[in-house]
Amino acid sequence: MLFPAEGPQVARFQKPAEGTWTEHHPELGTDFVSFEDSISPAFYEREREAIFQRAWLNVGRVEQLPRNGSYFTKQLPGASIIVSRDLDGRIRAFHNVCRHRGNKLVWDGTPRGETRGNARQFVCKYHGWRYGLDGACTYVHQQDQFFDLRREELGLASVHCDTWAGFVFVNLAREPQQSLRSYLGTMVGALEGYPFDRMTERYSFRAVNASNWKVFSDAFQEYYHVPPLHTHQLGPTPEARNPEYTFEAAHYQLDGPHRMVTTSGTHKHQWPKEHLYPSEALTRSGSTGPWDAPDLGGKLAGVNPSGIARWGIDNFQVFPNLEILIYERGWYVTYHYWPTSHNTHVFEGDLYFVPARSARERLAHEYAAITFKEYGLQDCGTLDGTQMGLEQRAFGEFPLNDQEILVRHFHKTVGDWVAAHAREREGAPAR
Amino acid sequence: MSEAVLPPQFAELERWAATWCLATEPERWAQRQHSSMQELQAFYDACFPRAEEAIAWCDRFPLDAMPADAERLFQLLHSLLLVSYAVEVWRQPEVIHAGSAQIDRILEPRP
Repeated sequence: MLFPAEGPQVARFQKPAEGTWTEHHPELGTDFVSFEDSISPAFYEREREAIFQRAWLNVGRVEQLPRNGSYFTKQLPGASIIVSRDLDGRIRAFHNVCRHRGNKLVWDGTPRGETRGNARQFVCKYHGWRYGLDGACTYVHQQDQFFDLRREELGLASVHCDTWAGFVFVNLAREPQQSLRSYLGTMVGALEGYPFDRMTERYSFRAVNASNWKVFSDAFQEYYHVPPLHTHQLGPTPEARNPEYTFEAAHYQLDGPHRMVTTSGTHKHQWPKEHLYPSEALTRSGSTGPWDAPDLGGKLAGVNPSGIARWGIDNFQVFPNLEILIYERGWYVTYHYWPTSHNTHVFEGDLYFVPARSARERLAHEYAAITFKEYGLQDCGTLDGTQMGLEQRAFGEFPLNDQEILVRHFHKTVGDWVAAHAREREGAPAR
Repeated sequence: MSEAVLPPQFAELERWAATWCLATEPERWAQRQHSSMQELQAFYDACFPRAEEAIAWCDRFPLDAMPADAERLFQLLHSLLLVSYAVEVWRQPEVIHAGSAQIDRILEPRP
């Protein structure tokens, strides 16, 4: 979706001693890969349990809970949750279900939608039971009609919740196998000091896509597709807009279930004006964001881990379904892919900027946000077709090149988690 | 003739105000999708040459305290940027290869 920060001149980068990124990780192999995991309803059921009931899932940012009493709801695969900041300021998460008769507790307009707001308590619409922001049941209507009911034992079902770098995570397991920090590992964990907290101007996008969640994620784990699919993104001139233009990312890194890719290249703001669209030159902005970066101080934590020259974008894929894209120009984007069935998902894209101080800065942000949607629609449209093609089962396995190493790692990780969970359920020792 | 809504020095853009002074991206997006390429091109051709000057005008005021006429001009600039994709990039109102896909902007900074 996003322009790889490359100019018409192609850079080539130092690869691992094995000669390719993929062969540096022999466990990945170089064979053709099956995408049966993206078209099988049965696999989806296993994946939902093995991954979405056990992994740490990012559900938002602390800025979405600005005050004590702030809350929002979030539909996860198989569970709606409430995330709230209680009256002591602690962030908590609960199953969004009333303890009385199982009604969905917090909703507005329709129980199928999301809501957010500020409250001192949650009141069930059905029979009026009330809960504090700490989940405790505070009122049972006509309690004397029940049988030995102990109200203090009837709070909401807690969901494990923790924050890291301002990102709020939950885990639906009864007992998560790892703490959030241990789960995130060293590569993602190194971003802890990045000034996410200064980038509070937010644009949010949502799309309902007719593809498996992994199929959409796959597109944003490689830049191989950018010149052919997003030809227009490269510029208005034939020199810039060359669908046969080749691209290589500067660096790939794997860490447990997580992965990242770094791009390098000539920044758009350094391009000759004739290779720019008029509105790019007007707004000094575009697909790599506003050209005039905010002053974020000195060295930024965790970014450009390999120290690549002419660093462009870091794309961190936090397993299972969060991506954090950090741009050299001092802004960031997150993607989330929330499966809703084996061949549908909800995609969320959020753009975060240091708040604009002027109309000119705001228009630079606006143009970046417009650009995000324009090229994102190309991905959404195309991936609809990918799902259709995969479901045809004309081929069982597919070739992946070295620039698609993260796709290979992602599907292997998903398969490993599903297999490990199956072994655990059978009582065999987990690997 | 309805009352002027833009700053007086941008009077020549007044004829576009009723259609394109829209406060939110969903409204602007719908307007682009419902417009013909001729209409989009005409709006772009009229506004783009004045855009730098219009940005400079809006920039004279704090973002959260623009006079009403500057705010309308600011909205017109937002529409111009959205329309620019149809004119400069796709040369049609719809995104190439988007198929039936939709992406909704559900939150945006205001002001």
